[in-house]
Amino acid sequence: MLRAILAIALLAGAPLAVQASESSHTSVIPDVQFSFEGPFGSYDKAALQRGYKIYRQVCSACHSMKRVAFRNLEALGYNEAEIKSIAAEYSVTDGPNDEGEMFERPARASDYFKSPYPNDNAAKYANNGALPPDLSLITKARFGGASYVYGILTGYEEAPDDFTLMTGQHYNKTMSGHVIAMAPPLSADMISYEDGTPQTVNQYAHDVATFLTWAAEPEMEQRKKMGVGVIIFLLAFAGIMYATKRKIWADKH
Amino acid sequence: MASGNRTPFKNPVVEWVDSRLPLFTLMNKEYGVFPTPKNFNYFWNFGAIAMFMLVTMIVTGIVLAMNYAAHTAHAFDSVERIMRDVNFGWLIRYIHMNGASFFFIAVYIHIFRGMYYGSYKQPRELLWMLGVLIFLLMMATAFMGYVLPWGQMSYWGATVITNLFSAFPVVGESIVQLLWGGFSVDNPTLNRFFALHYLLPFVIVGVVFLHVWALHVTGSNNPLGIDVKGPQDTLPFHPYYTMKDTFGLVVFIAIYALFIFFMPNQLGHPDNYTPANPLVTPPHIVPEWYFLPYYAMLRAITFDIGIPFTDIVFIPAKLGGVLTMFGSILLWFVLPWLDTHPVRSARFRPQFRIALWVLVAAFILLGVVGGKPPEGIWVILGQIGTLYYFAFFLVILPLLSRKEKALPLPPSIHEAVLQQKKSVGVQA
Repeated sequence: MLRAILAIALLAGAPLAVQASESSHTSVIPDVQFSFEGPFGSYDKAALQRGYKIYRQVCSACHSMKRVAFRNLEALGYNEAEIKSIAAEYSVTDGPNDEGEMFERPARASDYFKSPYPNDNAAKYANNGALPPDLSLITKARFGGASYVYGILTGYEEAPDDFTLMTGQHYNKTMSGHVIAMAPPLSADMISYEDGTPQTVNQYAHDVATFLTWAAEPEMEQRKKMGVGVIIFLLAFAGIMYATKRKIWADKH
Repeated sequence: MASGNRTPFKNPVVEWVDSRLPLFTLMNKEYGVFPTPKNFNYFWNFGAIAMFMLVTMIVTGIVLAMNYAAHTAHAFDSVERIMRDVNFGWLIRYIHMNGASFFFIAVYIHIFRGMYYGSYKQPRELLWMLGVLIFLLMMATAFMGYVLPWGQMSYWGATVITNLFSAFPVVGESIVQLLWGGFSVDNPTLNRFFALHYLLPFVIVGVVFLHVWALHVTGSNNPLGIDVKGPQDTLPFHPYYTMKDTFGLVVFIAIYALFIFFMPNQLGHPDNYTPANPLVTPPHIVPEWYFLPYYAMLRAITFDIGIPFTDIVFIPAKLGGVLTMFGSILLWFVLPWLDTHPVRSARFRPQFRIALWVLVAAFILLGVVGGKPPEGIWVILGQIGTLYYFAFFLVILPLLSRKEKALPLPPSIHEAVLQQKKSVGVQA
């Protein structure tokens, strides 16, 4: 009997021990502060513009952002003329024209961000078989959101001695399983900031994480602002309802 | 509902309508002067709250449907278009998405209240069974709704759950192909799920009508679980309970609004913001939180059931899991006959009360287990939770029905309320 109990205890405990040893491979998401956190949080427009600059010059070489249009950049503080000139830097395929031919034209404000590859297969082929995910929703599509993005961009480390990486793989403490196909994308001073913000990897990562959060949740500022009003109204209304209810019930209980 | 003797209304327009179609008389009888026990606590708010949630879901759902495209190539994009380009689309969608969770919260509390105060007992058995039917319809509706955005969890959740039906012998495969409209979860599946997701809420409205009708025949139960003995035990529904329900509803909406505006994705899964990809399976496929306890029961049956020490298997593990999961709710249909104790309210049944709270704990434990990968200690905890769940209904309730000695019941609602007033002092 005792032996049976011991056996059951061992059976129950063994997987736990396995889990404990595996926990060193789980994702480490750093605790980073962002201006948009909390019920009154809002986007830092300067950070959004810096983050967009990094996306444009670094990330967009491999990552698409299909759901964001140039017109949406108004939220970053750009005016109509600036948006038009940013869009015009890109060339998009349009058509067919009256002769039935597809043609290239400069992008307009109404166009969506241009993808670096024509399709997923081309993207995989160019990236050693790994598909760089579309970044439009990345902060909503990962546990940890902006902190996760920051963690990935700053989480590159030397792999531990007992950890084997294949060619084209890199060790990253935030990536689940710690193996990532993306080479460290950022390095200090690789992008120049005109506003005197420090040009460090951490700052770049922070700015890009802010930009990607905006891309995923462009409605966030309006949502939170409206939410504060709604909650205040509902609490006041609940108070009035409670007072009325007490008055009506006064002689009944 | 046809009112034989009608009191005329003073307003000539109202009277003109009412003498031809006695709508005003009906409303006044069922929601105006309707005699309601005077001792309700706030648990009795959740029926009205659930009704509010049903209406909210239908209204927001219809608006979403105007902008949604039920096609595998467009579904995800159309939802994102709602979030980004449709005026206040994000608000409508977040109301609907979190609304599913809050509808379930309201209904779970409503069901718990029914169990705690014995509202399923004679003469309200049919009322209770209609409620169970509503819950089943809600589950089907919610499951199909979660598939519509066509994210990773939508697709893989649909794959896992529809595949369950293949466990049934003989007819299983045909059922699954009928659900899919083909040989895998694909465009035909999405189309039929959308059609049914639009239809079922109106079926729910129909059953809710019957549920409320049955309620208005038997009258409400109350926290004491004793019958209403006369007018001194009741109050007219309006203004006493219209007011109390409104207050409770506003508090509930305030909590609901906190989620809509400040943490709209807290109750969802990040994987559903990645478009469905049949070639990439998520590491952990989990249903929405409100299905986790049943998901844990499904996975608790990890063994075949047959004659021990032989190869004869009557029920393979997969079928066992499926039967356990469906059985866990189907059991509720016969609850009035599993618990035949004459006393309704748990207030006067100390042993039943403890067993029920343990059931709540087991249910929450199962919810936690359902969200974890099925390995190690979680499997065992899931099995313990499942065992208790079924033991509660099939062993504990019948046993307590015969053995439990209840505490003395108060003579009437009116006297109990007066007693409480004396001992606690004047309170609302």
